Amino acid sequence: MTKAIIQVENLGKKYLIGHSRKEKYIALRDVLFKSAKQTKNMVLRPSKRGSSYKEDFWALQNISFEIEQGDRVGIIGRNGAGKSTLLKLLSRITEPTTGQFTLRGRVASLLEVGTGFHPELTGRENIFLNGAILGMSKTEISRKFDEIVSFAEVERFLDTPVKRYSSGMYVRLAFAVAAHVDTEILIVDEVLAVGDAAFQKKCLSRMGDLSNDGRTLLFVSHNMGVLRELVNQCILLEEGEIVSAGSVDETISKYLSSGRQINDLSIDLSDHRNRLAGMKRILRSVSVRNSEGEYQKDFSQLEKISVHIEYKSDEPDTFLAGAGFILYTAEGVRVGGYNTYMAFPPPHKIQKDGTIIFRILPKQLTPGTYLLTVSLGSHQGALEDKIEQCIDFTVYPADIYRTGYLLTKEDGVAVLSVEVCMAEEPDRRYVSKNNN
Amino acid sequence: MESEHYLRIKAGQTETQYWRDVWRYRELFYFLAWRDILVRYKQTFIGVAWALIRPFLTMVVFTIVFGRLANLPSESNVPYPVLVFAAILPWQFFASALSECSNSLISNSNLLSKVYFPRLVVPTSAVIVSFVDFLISGMILLGLMAWYNFVPSWRILALPFFVLVAFAAAIGSGLWLAALNVKYRDFRYVVPFIVQLGLYISPVGFSSNIVPQQWRLLYSLNPMVGVIDGFRWAILGRGTVLYWPGFSLSLILVGLILWSGVMYFRRMERTFADVI
Repeated sequence: MTKAIIQVENLGKKYLIGHSRKEKYIALRDVLFKSAKQTKNMVLRPSKRGSSYKEDFWALQNISFEIEQGDRVGIIGRNGAGKSTLLKLLSRITEPTTGQFTLRGRVASLLEVGTGFHPELTGRENIFLNGAILGMSKTEISRKFDEIVSFAEVERFLDTPVKRYSSGMYVRLAFAVAAHVDTEILIVDEVLAVGDAAFQKKCLSRMGDLSNDGRTLLFVSHNMGVLRELVNQCILLEEGEIVSAGSVDETISKYLSSGRQINDLSIDLSDHRNRLAGMKRILRSVSVRNSEGEYQKDFSQLEKISVHIEYKSDEPDTFLAGAGFILYTAEGVRVGGYNTYMAFPPPHKIQKDGTIIFRILPKQLTPGTYLLTVSLGSHQGALEDKIEQCIDFTVYPADIYRTGYLLTKEDGVAVLSVEVCMAEEPDRRYVSKNNN
Repeated sequence: MESEHYLRIKAGQTETQYWRDVWRYRELFYFLAWRDILVRYKQTFIGVAWALIRPFLTMVVFTIVFGRLANLPSESNVPYPVLVFAAILPWQFFASALSECSNSLISNSNLLSKVYFPRLVVPTSAVIVSFVDFLISGMILLGLMAWYNFVPSWRILALPFFVLVAFAAAIGSGLWLAALNVKYRDFRYVVPFIVQLGLYISPVGFSSNIVPQQWRLLYSLNPMVGVIDGFRWAILGRGTVLYWPGFSLSLILVGLILWSGVMYFRRMERTFADVI
């Protein structure tokens, strides 16, 4: 009889969210101030105990599953669905609030490339340090040292401090160490988004080899192509709960077609509740698609995002001059927009019915969820139809700078294209990191 | 083989394998200490010399201020610089170990949020750098002894014990501050204050014999009094006497701080990754 190597029962994780999400730690002053305030409230208004300014948030709830030895399991879900929390629980970085899990093997987790690398130390020193952080013993690292070095292709720079490494070398070295950790269970977060394509391929084949040796793999990715290639099972998380688990193709297609509405791949606009008052019903549908024209809701920062707007006027004498869209963040910040008035010189006129496709070019948006408002007009200043925030899509991180630096929501909304030149080396050419 | 790596994590349950895990991660302890030492001596230009200059200058200033200007008495004809240096040694070890220890979690926050290991490894390994500094500045003491033709007695053999007490004092209070620092960042301002104030309320620049007899037990509530007196007793030898009631009190306090520090740290460490 074989027991599951990972057995998760009713796992849950609750976080307390303060009123300000940014400050996770507390200043003592706040605590003192708050308790003083509470005491005052208790004295003055005993009925109203100081209202708690914290809110429970269940990042994960009722998670149960089993994984057999040698399985390669992909975990998918939208941003904030609880994928990373699940990995953190299983790697024991944080403690569960409810439930339990059993691991029958050693775990190595790779949630970030190069955790614990120190820029001042040489490549050789960092291999030992990083190996130890990932749970390897010194003899184990020594034994695998040559293998790691040749995998990373950094032989010539072993005694150079890693702060002088190119970003590619850095990522290669970091992944090489992690890829040689000898544990029964390997947990990998979206780290393959960094590094060049050739190295990504190498990493994927290495992970494939590992699982052929009987290792169990847990893998989070937004990249469905990679998942289809690598894993043999999928778990779909939505708002902290498992909504589907099992075959890869089934779960992925479920994921792609899931959303807050039953079918939000193409939004029917003919009777939409976000239509502004007084507008004509001309807009018919809107969808976001990939460059092949397939419906898609999650895009890498390196992908084009196509916005398809379909419209049709029933009145024969309608005159339409242009169409456009406005982009908002999930928090409601207006990012910008584009319309046919910008694209073409006057006179402006578009057909009475048809489809307009806007392609948002890659490397402009930081990771996060965005909402689209679409509109049609008979003149630049005269709207005929407009529907507010009727479709959303998500952008997930990619190594757009090719330096391994992955942008997050905290970096802002727009991706800036910048050339940089170090002042100390005036003869150095300006380097454009973005548009290569 | 299966039973070897069996692990069950249950919500709200205290970890049963904690100390076994600490033992298993002893190499990480060694590597983190090694990293800190490497980085410290790579980054600073004068490296090792720095560990010598600082205590030496402190010793010179204290000798002048306390020995000459204030004209405080030494202990049984011990040269004043030796008296001062026998205290600077443990004090600087304690002060720098305390700072390193209490900052260690914050400065390794990327590790805490990305990898599992018993968190105790971080603050305890941070202390080792200070110990290396301690050993290096110990050379000055040897130099001073040679200069003054000062031969230590057999008591010097007891020194390692007092070093252990200093370790316990630094780690104990360091654990408290490290854990508090994660939750309340204000504590990073508390540490320099403790260190600055502590220098004057501990018998570094003077002998604790000048404290009036009726206050000595109270004075020993400062655990570093016990450590420093112990160091002087072991190094200066001969006429120095250890004030046993005070020393025992310091020792008990150190034990209490260490024990409660570990307990508090273990209670708090479960949430470190969530709040750091």
